[in-house]
Amino acid sequence: MRYKLVWENIRFRPVRTLLSMLLIAVPVMLILTLVGLSNGFFEDSERRAQGIGADILFRPPGTSILGSFSGAPLPGKFIAVLAQQPHVVATTGVAMQLIGGTWESVTGIDPQSFTRLSGPFVFLSGHGLERPDDMMLDQDYARQRNVRVGDKIKVLNREWDVAGIVEPGKLAHLFVLLSVLDDLIGAPPGNVSQIYIKLDNPNNTKLVMEQLKTRFPGYPTYDMKELASYYQVSNVPLLKGFIDAVLGMGVVFGFFVVALSMYMAVLQRTREIGIMKSLGASNGFVIGLILLEALGLGLGGTLLGIAFSFGTRWIMHILMPASLPQAIVFSWWPIAGAVAMVAAILGAVYPGMIAVRQDPIEALAYE
Amino acid sequence: MSSLAKAVTNAPIIRVRGLRKIYHTGKVDVEALRGVDLDVPAGEFLSIVGPSGSGKSTLFHIIGGLTPPTSGEVIVAGRNVSAVGDAGRTELRRKYVSFVFQKFNLLPNLSARDNILTALFISGLSSDRFDPAFREIIDLLGISNRLDHKPSELSGGEQQRVAIARALATKPTILLADEPTGNLDSANSLAVLEILRGLNERLKQTILMITHNIDAAAFGHRTMHMRDGRIVEEPQAE
Ligand SMILES: Nc1ncnc2c1ncn2[C@@H]1O[C@H](COP(=O)(O)OP(=O)(O)OP(=O)(O)O)[C@@H](O)[C@H]1O
Ligand SMILES: [Mg+2]
Repeated sequence: MRYKLVWENIRFRPVRTLLSMLLIAVPVMLILTLVGLSNGFFEDSERRAQGIGADILFRPPGTSILGSFSGAPLPGKFIAVLAQQPHVVATTGVAMQLIGGTWESVTGIDPQSFTRLSGPFVFLSGHGLERPDDMMLDQDYARQRNVRVGDKIKVLNREWDVAGIVEPGKLAHLFVLLSVLDDLIGAPPGNVSQIYIKLDNPNNTKLVMEQLKTRFPGYPTYDMKELASYYQVSNVPLLKGFIDAVLGMGVVFGFFVVALSMYMAVLQRTREIGIMKSLGASNGFVIGLILLEALGLGLGGTLLGIAFSFGTRWIMHILMPASLPQAIVFSWWPIAGAVAMVAAILGAVYPGMIAVRQDPIEALAYE
Repeated sequence: MSSLAKAVTNAPIIRVRGLRKIYHTGKVDVEALRGVDLDVPAGEFLSIVGPSGSGKSTLFHIIGGLTPPTSGEVIVAGRNVSAVGDAGRTELRRKYVSFVFQKFNLLPNLSARDNILTALFISGLSSDRFDPAFREIIDLLGISNRLDHKPSELSGGEQQRVAIARALATKPTILLADEPTGNLDSANSLAVLEILRGLNERLKQTILMITHNIDAAAFGHRTMHMRDGRIVEEPQAE
């Protein structure tokens, strides 16, 4: 009977119920989308970095894997020197330069050594980098910018010819010739941002990393298999701070919205609460019903918010597949849900207390 | 021994002495009851009449435990209502007293049946289905084929009969009906009044009924007149 009372009440005012659930769903969706975007960005970056097929990443001193997305401070001669090390079968260096707006960057590659290490690109149309103005895009980015082979594309204040479109998943979204990028950003010819190393056997990774550490002290090396542990939001203090701040606002905003909607819901029921009290219902009984209803609305709103987060992912995928990949982060479902539930319950308790404390006669007179 | 038992049985089910009620609203205090004495024996059908604002509803609200008295003694079904707190009044409403209001006060989102079952559930009684005795009351009220309808789908007379069924479902010691026919046409009024008299005769149900209508008041055993927060012998000639 208790559940029936709550259920009939939820069912009786479908518009109000839907509205309350929507108000709960929106902050849940915002939280999940934000977490999904930040996680998606790192997952996607990691997946593409793995896609190159190297075993070790070699970087210039004083830099971290997520700290610098720009510049080419590493002299090109390192590439040849590293290729001479034991167990190393292939090396290639790349330069990276952030382009305005998003976290996107242009990657300068040396096509010969790059494909020797990584294998050939899979071309969906067009061809590889041949002339200085050539730019190669992956399919995601081409779709996002809506360009085809033969089109011009403006990046880094310069017009490029779209020479080829390749399957996504190999390190970057935008490729140009290394020599051209070095020239463009004013780096010495042949300089790179980082060097990828492929070994004869992946089992030698730790061994070679030790060797490199003694041979080139101060130069950080990364095991590509463990890349996932570097690509974490928590490794970028500024980004983490930003995300935490936005999440905090989402939680606070969501809290008030949910609490307010429950407040309205309870207020609307003043008269019914008076009726139940005239039948002998205790304050605890009435508050129990209100809390049960809040839990129901909170749960419904959470599920709706989760469904919406799939919707935002779909929209992101259509609009910005390259720049804003959104992950579905299951571990955040209970967190967002808990925020919604706690807000719904706390939002219901206060007006519920007022409602049951009210004189039943006045409640019965309430229109 | 037997004389004591007799005395207990004959004690009034409602006993009111020197009852006062002052509402503090804003700056002015309204003295709704100014010293009411009243005895109601079990099984009586008492009609209460009086002009608007004379304190009839206030008296009911105190006897039924919806609001506490300001001063005076009120004993209902052996309980000292003036001495119990909020929880005590809740228990009084749950177990001993039921209301029938002019405005029916059914829960709008529930069917007639669920409205009645809710009252049973709140009283801690079995709320699965109606027992045979109660089925008879439903038949007497003539709502057995209206039970699955929501209040908005029922006529005023049907709603009031459902409200009476809900009030009786918990087998209350006392039924307080505050202008139960106030919102009904004459045919429905007559039906409700006959039902109340029938309940009183067949079940010995104690009933207190407020009404503005002298003809309606005649359905009770006795009519009590109120004016300015007091009980008066006879209505003053206007
Ligand atoms: N909750 C309240 N707060 C303040 N004053 C009240 C309240 N309830 C009743 N009163 C006042 O108490 C007095 C008695 O009211 P009550 O409702 O008992 O009269 P009544 O005899 O039932 O009148 P009616 O026939 O119009 O229903 C009135 O002056 C009324 O304005
Ligand atoms: Mg009244």
